[in-house]
Amino acid sequence: MSKSKGLIKSHIVKKYWMAFTGLFLCLFLLGHLAGNLQLFIPGYKGQLQFNEYAVFMTTNPAVKLLSYVTYISILFHAIDGIVISVNNKKARPQGYAFSRPGANSIWSSRNMGILGTIIFVYIVVHMQNFWYLYKFGEVPYQKAEDNLSPLLNDGTVVKGGEIINGEVVSNGEVIGIAMKDLYTVVLDGFQNPVLVAFYVIGMVAIAFHLVHGFQSGFQSLGLRNKKYSPMINKAGFAFAILVPALFAIIPIYMFIRL
Amino acid sequence: MSGAKGLDLTLKIWRQKNAQSKGKLETYQLNSVSPDSSFLEMLDILNNELIEKGESPVEFDHDCREGICGACSLYINGEPHGPGKRITTCQLHMRSFNDGDTIYIEPWRARAFPIIKDLVVDRSAFDRIQHAGGYISVNTSGNTQDANAIPIEKEYADEAFDAATCIGCGACVAACKNASASLFVSAKISQYALLPQGQVEAKNRVLNMVKQAEKEGFGPCSNTGACEVECPKGISIENIARMNREFLKASIAE
Repeated sequence: MSKSKGLIKSHIVKKYWMAFTGLFLCLFLLGHLAGNLQLFIPGYKGQLQFNEYAVFMTTNPAVKLLSYVTYISILFHAIDGIVISVNNKKARPQGYAFSRPGANSIWSSRNMGILGTIIFVYIVVHMQNFWYLYKFGEVPYQKAEDNLSPLLNDGTVVKGGEIINGEVVSNGEVIGIAMKDLYTVVLDGFQNPVLVAFYVIGMVAIAFHLVHGFQSGFQSLGLRNKKYSPMINKAGFAFAILVPALFAIIPIYMFIRL
Repeated sequence: MSGAKGLDLTLKIWRQKNAQSKGKLETYQLNSVSPDSSFLEMLDILNNELIEKGESPVEFDHDCREGICGACSLYINGEPHGPGKRITTCQLHMRSFNDGDTIYIEPWRARAFPIIKDLVVDRSAFDRIQHAGGYISVNTSGNTQDANAIPIEKEYADEAFDAATCIGCGACVAACKNASASLFVSAKISQYALLPQGQVEAKNRVLNMVKQAEKEGFGPCSNTGACEVECPKGISIENIARMNREFLKASIAE
């Protein structure tokens, strides 16, 4: 019997990958959240810390590697999800005239594809808003507390220096790369109520996606028993509500703080 | 119970001549139905009326009428086996409905369960899944060992028995938004996977049964849990997790 062929084609294997990438992305969410929460640190200290963190996140090789794994996971999760959704539909070419799906399952569990699509759109817009802008767009630069001197990426203040083409120049000499001010980009961005609303909607979609997805991932991988599963389910529900809620508070906080 | 007022019902029933024809919902009015009659008896009454009028009766599956054969397979008012939990259609009684109700009666919908006529679907896909591995090979040449000679921990015996109560009715498939047969297949795998007698053929069993289910056209499992809620025997989706585990084990092992 050709086991390997069945392995690639099987619905179950597609669900293993869905679960595996999904649960990995839950870990990613935790990391991302930890970084974002630095935006709550007030004043110059918070601004500097967040911008230093942005430098770290874009230059550290280990972070870079992890970011590629994350991108691949997101893409794989999305493509696998589309393939599974197509197979889902194929299995019932003709639907019921009258159906009450709410009688036996929660809405989230039946609409993971729709939620996933919303989340994907959210990710693309989010990447454009900050990641693309930070890397390739025009952004302000971090200034020292005296509000004049530029900073290098490593945090060094260059007194009397000026920024030319993203580099700190002092006495006609290029000293290093200037630290970008992502903090101000974020703060300015969230003065737009439409963007704030978009981010909150994105987080609501993630919350609904996780309410089903977290525990479903464990189920797909066969990780279920009478002792631990009730705990996993409770932890999953808490995760699904708390993590997106904390994410969503940031744009709201940024919007109302000025 | 005499004296109880009968129910006047509007029935919307799926009529379809054969697998090839298109089929549609037909409306029937049925009056003074006893609340004590079972759902299938209600359909018998309707069919008597149709036959008397010279019309063709509504075809529907039924056999034991005591909830153990799994033949009666109706999607009633948007749920397999209608309202009420842990029952088959023959165990559903008209007292679950109100006077003046409209009742939708449809066949199971799944690519793997083609309609034969009206409300009757071909569920032989389940038989083929069973043939693919839902058995243990026991030598029956005259010196067969008594199964009870092997001591089995009570907990496992109970769980295997729970899985084995599956009557193969197909409600799990009907309820599932993906017409997945995962609950059925996993119950049939679990009833052996939990017992020592099932270990010898465990790997090939899970691989072959899952493969056959997918070949029949049943969909993937989305873990919505709808099957477990609608299963007349209350079979747990814990069995699906076990199937996923067994499949992974069998796939990784040579």
